[in-house]
Amino acid sequence: MNKQTKKNVGISVYLFFVLLPIYWLLNMSFKSNEEILGALTLWPESFTFDNYAVIFTDPTWYMGYVNSMTYVMMNMAITLVVALPAAYAFSRYRFIGDKHLFFWLLTNRMAPPAVFLLPFFQLYSSVGLFDTHLAVALAHCLFSVPLAVWILEGFMSGVPREIDETAYIDGYSFHKFFIKIFIPMIGSGIGVTAFFTFMFSWVELLLARTLTSVEAKPIAAIMTRTSGATGIDWGVLAAAGVLTIIPGLLVVWFVRNHVAKGFALGRV
Amino acid sequence: MKKVVNNKAWFLVLPVVVLVAFSAIIPLMTVVNYSVQDIFDVNNAYFVGAEWYRDILQNPRLQDSLVRQFIFSFFVLLIEIPLGIAVALMMPTKGARASLCLILLAIPLLIPLNVVGTIWQVFGRTDIGLFGWTLTHLGMDYNYASNPIDAWFTVLLMDVWHWTSLVALLCYSGLRAIPDVYYQAASIDRASGWAIFRYIQLPKLQSVLVIGVLLRFMDSFMIYTEPFVLTGGGPGNSTTFLSQTLTQMAIGQFDVGPAAAFSLIYFLIVLLVSWLFFTTISHMDKAK
Repeated sequence: MNKQTKKNVGISVYLFFVLLPIYWLLNMSFKSNEEILGALTLWPESFTFDNYAVIFTDPTWYMGYVNSMTYVMMNMAITLVVALPAAYAFSRYRFIGDKHLFFWLLTNRMAPPAVFLLPFFQLYSSVGLFDTHLAVALAHCLFSVPLAVWILEGFMSGVPREIDETAYIDGYSFHKFFIKIFIPMIGSGIGVTAFFTFMFSWVELLLARTLTSVEAKPIAAIMTRTSGATGIDWGVLAAAGVLTIIPGLLVVWFVRNHVAKGFALGRV
Repeated sequence: MKKVVNNKAWFLVLPVVVLVAFSAIIPLMTVVNYSVQDIFDVNNAYFVGAEWYRDILQNPRLQDSLVRQFIFSFFVLLIEIPLGIAVALMMPTKGARASLCLILLAIPLLIPLNVVGTIWQVFGRTDIGLFGWTLTHLGMDYNYASNPIDAWFTVLLMDVWHWTSLVALLCYSGLRAIPDVYYQAASIDRASGWAIFRYIQLPKLQSVLVIGVLLRFMDSFMIYTEPFVLTGGGPGNSTTFLSQTLTQMAIGQFDVGPAAAFSLIYFLIVLLVSWLFFTTISHMDKAK
């Protein structure tokens, strides 16, 4: 066996390991509960869409997806609006306390969410935001804003500052330059940042669950309640799980070549 | 790039500062406040100084979960970093196959944390899960719900499945940044595969590995949802990690004072270990 074949076999084995548990979930989502609990079958013998039908016809189920999407989108919008100017400042200027500020932002990425659970609950209850999408969006900003600043700063530093200076000489004001020239130039960076804020907000559950009760409950929290009087409804649970994977899968396609840079907080 | 000194830039970062201050400083100060007081109700709170900190440091439940946490993070790094490097080295370098590999690898990273737990909860069950069923039919006495060793094995396997991709993606992009000339020079010198890895690839991977190790340490040290869904911390307390102990204390028993003191210690441990690691690496760089 030559070297390249060995590599191909190795990577195939690893990808098989990655995909197998997901396949098992997908497989279960197309089975009836009788078949799941009966003999183990490698693919659905009696193929059914019933589990998905349950989710798409019951508002308590599909509203979970709507809620999750709503706070994720809000989080993305807030994050980009505040992070863009800040990242520009960090990439172009030196100012008093810039390094400390950057480090302080980093420390927020290191804070265990469990630490913030109770104070967040009390803070948002006291300002009347409890059980709103905005509360979750703001809480997720704690992680997404530092992340967004880093990624954007990495992309912005790649744009030569001569472009800024030329624009100013040509009589552009800062606002006009920023919106008309600069933002289009770092379009891919913004795309990647949006993807990562989406992702981290989408996968987080602890804070999202604590800050909501009925109105803004995320899908991931609704999923924990599939157990009823007759035991756990495995089929519906699997279908709900599969549906949570799809949004991430769709967006990762667009940023596939920049994924690693984003995970490295723009530092590769 | 040379940067211009301009203190007006503060206006540009002001929105970030205000926002993060609202969601970080206020809650953090609340925690500090709780950690030094004994609170009965809104009007009855007494300053108790460092009492909660003394209490919490002697709490055996907490010491146990701290030890478990360190062991867990140690194993996570021990397995995921080398495996991630290996996966990155095996990946195709260009073309559609490389893109496909990147996307497939990224999938576990995009799944909500509790769904990750659910996937493995189902997958590992001996009656309806392929993994548990296979192990049982191979004659192994596997049950993650009742055997602590099996539970640990499953939680670790789940974390490896979930996060090795991150290390692999980082290393992959690090490897792509090595110019072809290096490899050409190596092949002229008839360098062995190991020599290429040791003297060309590994040094170039250093910066991404620092990020990888830091991220994996921080995130594995804060892990909550996945083991909570998979094992619920059990059997017994065998897979109860720090975040879960903390959540039980703060929300379950409402021991706000000790929980707050514990929170701060927890946060400081993460900060301290990350800082130590980072400074050591920077010093080693300077020494070279």
